[in-house]
Amino acid sequence: MTWDIKDIQKWDWKKHPLGAIIKDPGNSRQFKTGGWRTFRPVRDEEKCNQCLICYVYCPDSAVLARDGKITGVGYDFCKGCGICSAECPKDAIQMVDETKAKKG
Amino acid sequence: MAAGSKIVAIVGTDAVSEAMRQINPDLVAAYPITPQTAIVETYSQMVADGLVKSHMVAVESEHSAMSAAIGAAATGARVMTCTSSQGLALMWELLYIASGLRLPIVMPNVNRALSAPINIHCDHGDSMGARDAGWIQLFSENAQEAYDNTIQAVRIAEDPGILLPVMVLLDGFIISHSIDRVELLDDEVVANFVGEFKPAYSLLDVNNPVSVGNFDGLYGYYFEFKRQQEEAMLNSFGVIKEVGAEFGKISGRSYSLFETIGMEDAEFAIVVLGSAAGTVRHEVETMRAKGIPIGMIKLRAFRPFPARELAEAISRMKAVAVFDRSNTFAGNMGGPVFIELRSSLYDLEKKPLLVNYVYGLGGRDLSIELINKAAAELAEAARSGQVKQSINYLGLRE
Ligand code: SF4
Ligand code: SF4
Repeated sequence: MTWDIKDIQKWDWKKHPLGAIIKDPGNSRQFKTGGWRTFRPVRDEEKCNQCLICYVYCPDSAVLARDGKITGVGYDFCKGCGICSAECPKDAIQMVDETKAKKG
Repeated sequence: MAAGSKIVAIVGTDAVSEAMRQINPDLVAAYPITPQTAIVETYSQMVADGLVKSHMVAVESEHSAMSAAIGAAATGARVMTCTSSQGLALMWELLYIASGLRLPIVMPNVNRALSAPINIHCDHGDSMGARDAGWIQLFSENAQEAYDNTIQAVRIAEDPGILLPVMVLLDGFIISHSIDRVELLDDEVVANFVGEFKPAYSLLDVNNPVSVGNFDGLYGYYFEFKRQQEEAMLNSFGVIKEVGAEFGKISGRSYSLFETIGMEDAEFAIVVLGSAAGTVRHEVETMRAKGIPIGMIKLRAFRPFPARELAEAISRMKAVAVFDRSNTFAGNMGGPVFIELRSSLYDLEKKPLLVNYVYGLGGRDLSIELINKAAAELAEAARSGQVKQSINYLGLRE
């Protein structure tokens, strides 16, 4: 069963499922948490040696990798906790103020 | 009398456990507390004797009882529990979860005063405190009504338009421990009446998986869900009446939101709920036989509160006395029934004088003398068009 909640913020009170249940478990992919972030991790490709430690440590699986290589950060889900930055042995990830990052 | 019924002399707790045996819920999770204890004891015996198929969970507290009930109900099981006083208080946070998750749990609560001081006797302070928890609350006058209400509660709770938990209220000791004449229905008649439970969702339904009890997010839809609960409560007015009428067909005893006595020609009236309604009715009938124009309303449903219909029923009266077996400690606002009834009258052009009698706290007896004292003051208010004192404590040593 797929449960389309794309426009859930516009639903009136009658449309929500009874008892506040989630009818389509596993749909947390649709629940974007990136907006909670104050600082965003920005990776310096030059410094990075592709050890994948950030990938392993990210509690939200927000560090993206493909074929054994880091490809970026999923900013829709990264909460900006800074763990990747703290754990990186090459000091390759800087935490940048989100408002500045957005502007710039 | 309905076919297959039998008349027995039993105490109120036995009337409730008999109803539970006939309902035969999938699961009962309960913890004993005076004066409800006998319900749990008797029901455990029934389970041990194989008289029911219920899974009995002997939990370590009422908090656990309601938690287990909620978990089981979320799997789609028909679930019951029961409690009293401090036990209900210990269930507090779970009461809101049961109603919020829309789980139709049925719970007899044997009304008992809340500590301190420790008091095991009847007043309505325990369940009145839970009046905003989103549960339907049905009061009983005697053991028969406790039995009848318990059976009807299952149908009301599980109605697809409602799906709310229901509390069946019976007065501690006065009903729970007094032997009463009770007409028990035939087992099969009750089984057919309650029917099969069709849950709205089930945690065990692998074809339609659901996730229950989720975090609502930081900017979630809590408000919308609470509005849905209000809608269910609104729907329950009609369903309580329908189920009450249908119950009348199988038992000869019909039920509604409240019952009126002599209201067609009365000039003043008493509004009361619980076991005191029996004593008040006796006195009202005695007075009416002497030509005194008094009537009475026995409130059955406190949640939902039948504001519109009650207001209609008393709008013609010159004066109305509301009997409350609990207090709100709001600073001389009176008891909960009084406050809500007074609010119900606000929009009426013509409304009666209203006077409150808080009585019977901690099991203090409501004697015939006290009822007559209140009735005499009520008659005087109706005659003079003036209430001497709005909030009165009936039976208080002063
Ligand atoms: S931990 Fe640092 S060095 Fe290792 S992959 Fe991540 S960014 Fe690159
Ligand atoms: S900041 Fe935290 S959430 Fe974001 S990518 Fe790094 S470890 Fe993951």
